[in-house]
Amino acid sequence: MTPIDSDSKKYWLDSKKNVDKIWYTLVGICALSVLADFFYHKHVAHPVEDLIVGMYGWYGFIGCVFLVLSAKLLRRLLMRSEDYYNETDDD
Amino acid sequence: MIELPPGIILILGAFLVPFLRGNLRNAYMLALPLIGIWSLLTITEGSHFSMSIFGYGLSPVRIDSLSLLFGYIFHIAAIISIIYAFHIRDTVQQMAGLIYAGSAIGGAFAGDLITLFVYWEGTAIASVFLIWSSKTESSYRAGMRYLIIQVGSGVLLLAGAIIHFKQTGSIAFDKLGLTGLGPTLIFIAFGIKAAFPLLHNWLTDSYPEATITGTVFLSAFTTKLAIYALARGFPGTEMLIWIGAIMTAFPIFYAVIENDLRKVLAYSLNNQLGFMVVGVGIGTELALNGTAAHAFSHILYKALLFMSMGAVLYRTGTIKGSELGGLYKTMPFTTGFCIIGAASISAFPLFSGFISKSLIITATAHEGHWIVWAILLFASAGVFHHSGIKIPYFAFFAHDSGKRPEEAPTNMLIAMGFAAFLCVAIGVFPEYLYSILPYKVDFTPYTTTHVVTQLQLLFFSALAFGWLTRTGLYPPELKSTNLDFDWTYRRLIPNIISEMGRILSVLDNMVRSMFINRLEGFIAGVFRHHGPEGLLARTNSVGASVAVIVALLAIFVILFFLNY
Repeated sequence: MTPIDSDSKKYWLDSKKNVDKIWYTLVGICALSVLADFFYHKHVAHPVEDLIVGMYGWYGFIGCVFLVLSAKLLRRLLMRSEDYYNETDDD
Repeated sequence: MIELPPGIILILGAFLVPFLRGNLRNAYMLALPLIGIWSLLTITEGSHFSMSIFGYGLSPVRIDSLSLLFGYIFHIAAIISIIYAFHIRDTVQQMAGLIYAGSAIGGAFAGDLITLFVYWEGTAIASVFLIWSSKTESSYRAGMRYLIIQVGSGVLLLAGAIIHFKQTGSIAFDKLGLTGLGPTLIFIAFGIKAAFPLLHNWLTDSYPEATITGTVFLSAFTTKLAIYALARGFPGTEMLIWIGAIMTAFPIFYAVIENDLRKVLAYSLNNQLGFMVVGVGIGTELALNGTAAHAFSHILYKALLFMSMGAVLYRTGTIKGSELGGLYKTMPFTTGFCIIGAASISAFPLFSGFISKSLIITATAHEGHWIVWAILLFASAGVFHHSGIKIPYFAFFAHDSGKRPEEAPTNMLIAMGFAAFLCVAIGVFPEYLYSILPYKVDFTPYTTTHVVTQLQLLFFSALAFGWLTRTGLYPPELKSTNLDFDWTYRRLIPNIISEMGRILSVLDNMVRSMFINRLEGFIAGVFRHHGPEGLLARTNSVGASVAVIVALLAIFVILFFLNY
């Protein structure tokens, strides 16, 4: 391993502004994907899909927030120190 | 060319490896799976090498569309893994990798349960060396647990096969169904290797402990051989639908909070197996095609993800999310390949996961399993969240760790590039993969509805990730161990045993001290009567004895006299 010292070099993502740009682009794409629902005939697998515009989007969003927040809660129950099993001898 | 059973060329070929050096050895190792896949392309369908031993009708090689599909992908996985390991100079690992891949290939073509058992154990024994080759205390112990569980699975398989033979007189490996003790044991044996919920810990325990190159081998073969075996033996077993659904959802919670990024991938591997198990459980032609297709594309993108994380570990010496970040700056190719793997596992349109997973999800909808369908959609969003975003984000982006490692070695880049190419090729031209599936495919993955709904699901999952990280709600990567079910046999049962040992030793002490007290009492008694001062141990002179006898005689005479 030979670390290259290039900390002086600025990368595009180092600027918070550019990260914000990506974020707002993502928000825009999400909005577009929901709008797309108005422009084609949806072949639904289940009637629930027609309940709200962008059903899959909301499902994904709520599902992920639920996943992350409940996993975060699980940490309280499950998290132990790294050498809990007394086996870590690396680093 | 002499016809050999598939897989044998890799197994036998491994024993020549120690006699070759350097690039010649690499070229030789690469040639073995290339010859293997070439001979598969010319082989004819049906049973080969059938024989009868001790009254058991063995058919070691059964060629049909299902076994061929797994044969192809196992060979491709071997080729990729071998290229990825070109820089390795460890004969043990190289031999283990070849024998392991060969055993998995052999297993996929086994036409009877005894042959399957032999290859099944072959994969277990060969692969453990890929874990032990890390040469750490933790890898030794994880490997030991892995070996016990894997060999145990084989023993169950053999026991089930024997019982099945006693009942039916057949050891053919065809559709078994849960029809009695024998098939049930076989089902559990498959379930262990397929990492069913609560039987899954060997996977997440051992894969992150294996060597950098070993994990790439491991990710391809063992679990997919089990998926193949389930698809062969238990298609349409309703229980599998629910087992699979739990498998897709349960591991992703762990994946979110796990810090070891190779362990995150192990959890997501488990989650992907869930989709395949659901497909087997549904058992329609569409679903079984989905399972086979998903196994095929899964092997490629999972190997690709493990390779990219392996490259990070190789260059930085760590794979903990808490210590990584910002690596895209000096490892752009690895970053790019990782993102292709991430897009594939997340089932983005134009990537391999999209055209294979949708077969399974559509099949659940066709059969009206709406709860399972909803779970699979949730798991799809979740897998994008932790494998699609978390893996590349924490390794290559996130906060800059200040690490500036070199780009991955050329051989690793070639292996990753090849896998990435196949991931995209399968996604863009699904008809080639569809044409080798077990049943005729009547399915169009790229419909407007399907593409738009999938993009909605994925973009909004990304939105959730962005929102959670920007608001600081996202749990940070922390150095930690998260308790999983292996806690029961690594902590709970050992603790119970040592607690039982403690109670036993108390009881044992009580019994012993009681016994010793008795014994001491007895000895004291003997000592009192027979010891140096004891009444019965005194030494008396002959004269005294005579006097006593005379006295007794005198008393006797007097009593006798008094009677009259």
